[in-house]
Amino acid sequence: MTCTHRPEQAVIEPRGLVHKRRATRRTAQALIMMVMVVLPAFGHPSERPAEPTPSAQRDSQSVQHTHGTAHRDTRRSGFEFMSRATQTLQRHDDQNPAMLWVRDGERLWREPMGPGGKSCSTCHGASPTALRGVAARYPAWDEALARPVSLNHRISLCRQRYQQTAPASPETDEQLSLESVVALQSRGVAIEPVRDPRLAASLEQGRALFSRRIGQLALACHHCHDQNAGARLGGSPIPQAHPTAYPIYRLQWQAMGSLPRRLRGCFTGVRAEAPEPTSEVMVALELFLRDRAAGMPHEGPGVRP
Amino acid sequence: MTRSSPSPDTHLDRAEPSQADQRGAPVRSRRAMLAQSLRWPMAGAASCVQRTLIPAAFGVGSAHAGASSPGAEPSAARSYDEAIRRFTGGPLPRPGKVALDVAVLIDNGNTVPLTVRVEHPMNPDQHVSAIAVFSERNPQHEVLQVHLGADSGRAEISTRIRLATSQKLMAVARLSDGSHWSHEMDVIVTLAACIEGEP
Amino acid sequence: MRIRTLIDMPRMAKIGEVIAIRATIAHPMETGYRRDSDGARLPRNIIRAFHCRIGNREIFRADLFPAVSANPYLVFYHRVRASGELVFSWRGDQGFVHEERVSLIAQ
Repeated sequence: MTCTHRPEQAVIEPRGLVHKRRATRRTAQALIMMVMVVLPAFGHPSERPAEPTPSAQRDSQSVQHTHGTAHRDTRRSGFEFMSRATQTLQRHDDQNPAMLWVRDGERLWREPMGPGGKSCSTCHGASPTALRGVAARYPAWDEALARPVSLNHRISLCRQRYQQTAPASPETDEQLSLESVVALQSRGVAIEPVRDPRLAASLEQGRALFSRRIGQLALACHHCHDQNAGARLGGSPIPQAHPTAYPIYRLQWQAMGSLPRRLRGCFTGVRAEAPEPTSEVMVALELFLRDRAAGMPHEGPGVRP
Repeated sequence: MTRSSPSPDTHLDRAEPSQADQRGAPVRSRRAMLAQSLRWPMAGAASCVQRTLIPAAFGVGSAHAGASSPGAEPSAARSYDEAIRRFTGGPLPRPGKVALDVAVLIDNGNTVPLTVRVEHPMNPDQHVSAIAVFSERNPQHEVLQVHLGADSGRAEISTRIRLATSQKLMAVARLSDGSHWSHEMDVIVTLAACIEGEP
Repeated sequence: MRIRTLIDMPRMAKIGEVIAIRATIAHPMETGYRRDSDGARLPRNIIRAFHCRIGNREIFRADLFPAVSANPYLVFYHRVRASGELVFSWRGDQGFVHEERVSLIAQ
């Protein structure tokens, strides 16, 4: 089994140390690697993203994992790979576009819907603060479907079951608003490792997928996000791919989006077919990413380039 | 309620969308040729970004206000100057007093934070009455125009803008005495992360 | 559809103090240059004007162009003279009009 990204076997190499990889025989990969090597970071030194440092705004100091060794956690949130200007957008609630969705989520929380006239507050309490920590332990097991589901999917299932709404795409404004307001409640909370034995099979499926070559470019997630995190692709830094700030306001979309939407971009990027957003394959990958990021603080709904 | 004084909406129609297609017009410089080959047909006016391999001047205020970069089509260059002159009422602005604050290297051209500050008193006798931002290579050169008064207290505005490609940006301030001052910067716009074809 | 805005400003300030006012509104700011998957051009749909007044007195006005990002965000400043109600208004294509009111207490 190829290296997984567990803290005790951290294979993330800090930015700046990854330069040369031996080109493989596959032409496409050689081209990609050549692009990475030939295009040095042309950014003006003062404008490069800061060397990965513990992000200042919250309590995300390097997590010391004590597995019998004084091992320094080299995991870094995507936040630390962004430019200072984009970091500022996320740091301040009055500038973070995701807060538009959070505000709407707060309103939807109280809004009665469906024939029963129930709102989220009917079952969960007057304030979304009752769901503190929830986003940090999703994906989670759903009894009725007998499989793991993402937070966004869980919200949709809840609304179908208790508000009799129709099934909705994860990317509707309503879904993202509710997911955003729930994610906000986990700001600063450490992402939980996957311990539920019912999730074990899905976790392994996700782990295997992370290391499997896919698509016409025949690349696996770990080629970019483990082996080349910190290097640059097309001039932009490659992050480590930790789901620490979902749902995100992505500058490229100029809108909020879920983790499956972001992952769809990766699948398309390597010219593979993307799994459906609420499929077992997609949630298995989300589950693995969560476990891989265990211990890192959730940032609430964030901003990404 | 007093409606905002009628903005001549015709100014928004002046730049016909078809001008955007002229971005693919014959290019001359190596920089522009490379730009074309690296362009990805992604959604969003600002998503057609390029990666220049010739380092542009990093944030150096241009001594020659309104100068256009090599490789820009002559008609595009003229209309950048023209847009600025429409705002000033004729002359090109003088460099000075204005500070255009924007990252030199930009994560993604869709959402670029930008601040303009003008070093000038804000009182009834002398103040900054307007600030405008112009883009050299967006399909339309006007970006934003704001109107201030003595009671604005500070001649400063911030916003987030779209940049179609690496280019020059100019901020122009109009003072209450009718003079115009400017600051021009070169910015580099890169693609975000993975080379994706799908939003 | 409900229009979402975020307005961030102090609700109380001293007379003579200069306050920062930050206003965001949810809006796609469709540029008019994009094409859909069939190749048809998506029509321009942007907010064109933003205006802030206290009573009848205009304190800030902005003309927006397609180059302003989606969910337009503006920061401007105001020297506090008296208590009053700030009226924020946005106007744009397809008959878009929206207004928000925020009270300011001057001490």
